[in-house]
Amino acid sequence: MSASSGPDRLAGSAWRLGDHVNTDAIIPTRYLNTTEAAELGPHCFEGLDPTLAEKIAPGDIVVAGDNFGYGSSREHAPLAMLGLGISCVIARSFGGIFYRNAFNRGLPLLETDAVEGIETGDRLRVDLVTGELENERSGQRFASTPIPPFMRDIVNAGGLIPYVLAESSAG
Amino acid sequence: MGMTLSEKILASHAELDRVRPGDTISVRVDQSYADDLGGPITFRILEENGVEEVFDPDRFFVAAMVSTPSRDIGIANTVTKLRNACRELGIERFYEGGNVGIHNSIAIEQGLVLPGELLAGGNSHACTGGGVGAFATGMGSTDVAAILITGRTWLRVPETIRYEYAGELRPWVTGKDLMLATIGRFGVDGAQGRTMEFAGDALASLPVEERFALPNMAVEAGAVNGIIEPDEQTLAYVEPRAQRAFEPLYGDADADYVAVHTIAADELEPTVAFPHLPSNTKPLSQAGRDLVDQVYIGSCTNGWIADMRAAAEVLDGQEVADGVRLIVIPSTTEVYKQCLREGIAETVVDAGGVFSTPTCGPCIGAHMGVLGDGMRSVSTSNRNFVGRQGSTNAEVYLVNPWIAAATAVLGHLGSPEEL
Repeated sequence: MSASSGPDRLAGSAWRLGDHVNTDAIIPTRYLNTTEAAELGPHCFEGLDPTLAEKIAPGDIVVAGDNFGYGSSREHAPLAMLGLGISCVIARSFGGIFYRNAFNRGLPLLETDAVEGIETGDRLRVDLVTGELENERSGQRFASTPIPPFMRDIVNAGGLIPYVLAESSAG
Repeated sequence: MGMTLSEKILASHAELDRVRPGDTISVRVDQSYADDLGGPITFRILEENGVEEVFDPDRFFVAAMVSTPSRDIGIANTVTKLRNACRELGIERFYEGGNVGIHNSIAIEQGLVLPGELLAGGNSHACTGGGVGAFATGMGSTDVAAILITGRTWLRVPETIRYEYAGELRPWVTGKDLMLATIGRFGVDGAQGRTMEFAGDALASLPVEERFALPNMAVEAGAVNGIIEPDEQTLAYVEPRAQRAFEPLYGDADADYVAVHTIAADELEPTVAFPHLPSNTKPLSQAGRDLVDQVYIGSCTNGWIADMRAAAEVLDGQEVADGVRLIVIPSTTEVYKQCLREGIAETVVDAGGVFSTPTCGPCIGAHMGVLGDGMRSVSTSNRNFVGRQGSTNAEVYLVNPWIAAATAVLGHLGSPEEL
């Protein structure tokens, strides 16, 4: 799985979450004895709201405040979100380890201060290349921070592992 | 303008004369490791990509310690897979069973993270290693797999915030309290994406192992790493353990800090982080007398021998309050053996507590003391999120080992002074 495998333009319904959503809330420890995204998905966000996983549909977009993915290094967090079919996460900021994990797993993340106007159920359009976002309900358009250039090289290689394998065989 | 200690370590590992905050760099990794949570993903990635040889098997270890001795059939199978993968890849350091310990503690205790080195471990609390003057940070399973393949990783150079702790500490105030108070003041994203550099005479007055609680919880403030410049005490601690030659590095006098905060450590009381964030702190005198169901003393934050001695000193000749389950767990086998030699294990059991072989299970709600519905835990670990130690309607309070042990005897939050 890689960040380049998805389409550059996404559209989906928003799920509005708060600040400091931590990785224990995204996927509780008791489900970590599997590495399968499909098995983790049904338990996604159980620590926050046990009913959320069954309401979220494939293609939906998670919108959060500060520090989304705060806490543990468990890569099961982005895996569980991918298992539910979440297409991208838009937040004011992200926890550092989660940011790398999500990127390495091909879950797109966009950083913007403009999350305030977005409500659960809003239909969003996202351009992953330009970072441009549109809220169809309000008609608002806004910008988000695009992927840093170095990370784009990894995306273009098909993910971190193909990138390092290509580098090591070239070197 | 010079460089901070963190920047110097990053520059040396990027083979550059200097780095600046914001630079994206490729760095050599001196040490990495995995456990029975993230390790299975790391080794699955290697297998799926046909990787049969790792960069340097001597610079990696696995500690299967979250849910061992195996909690269930799934974990037992996981541990077998991890052990086999290590054998196939020539990774000789494997910690489980009779030599088990928490990786974040083993790395320091066994001299596998050293002053001036760069550690990128497969656990968010790998930042503990910064306590010996290393750049130490936590990573996920894919990043760790890439390190196993190449011996390198990429980092964005963080800005550094310096925290200076001034004054003489009051009784029962520890390194843990300095950090809880810091997170309480600056918040769980107070150092987001940055380096926390800890300094000051109050910090220097602490024994080396007691200082580790500060970098251990740097990730709780959102930091990439926490770091303490090595002093004579640090070097005396590290030298007999070191598994390889090392060269300590020090920050420049004219280094550029994004902020410098001075904390009056002499004004601090023992500090309690209330549910459900480590920043939700109160001084003990304002914490009330909430009753507790369980007390856990251990974890990579407070599972060192000094923490065990503190617990035993409070528990000696006392009895755990009726209805309270006290669980005491040293962080490594070496600490465990020292507890047996000093009679600490017996003191805990005589007081009515449970004394276990090393595991980080209770901290993360995985094993050996999972919380049920409505239960309240007082814990010396590092996180108190909703559901962290079990049920999503259980509660976790974070404290130092003196307060935890006193709480076990009193049955409610309190200090050894009350015994």
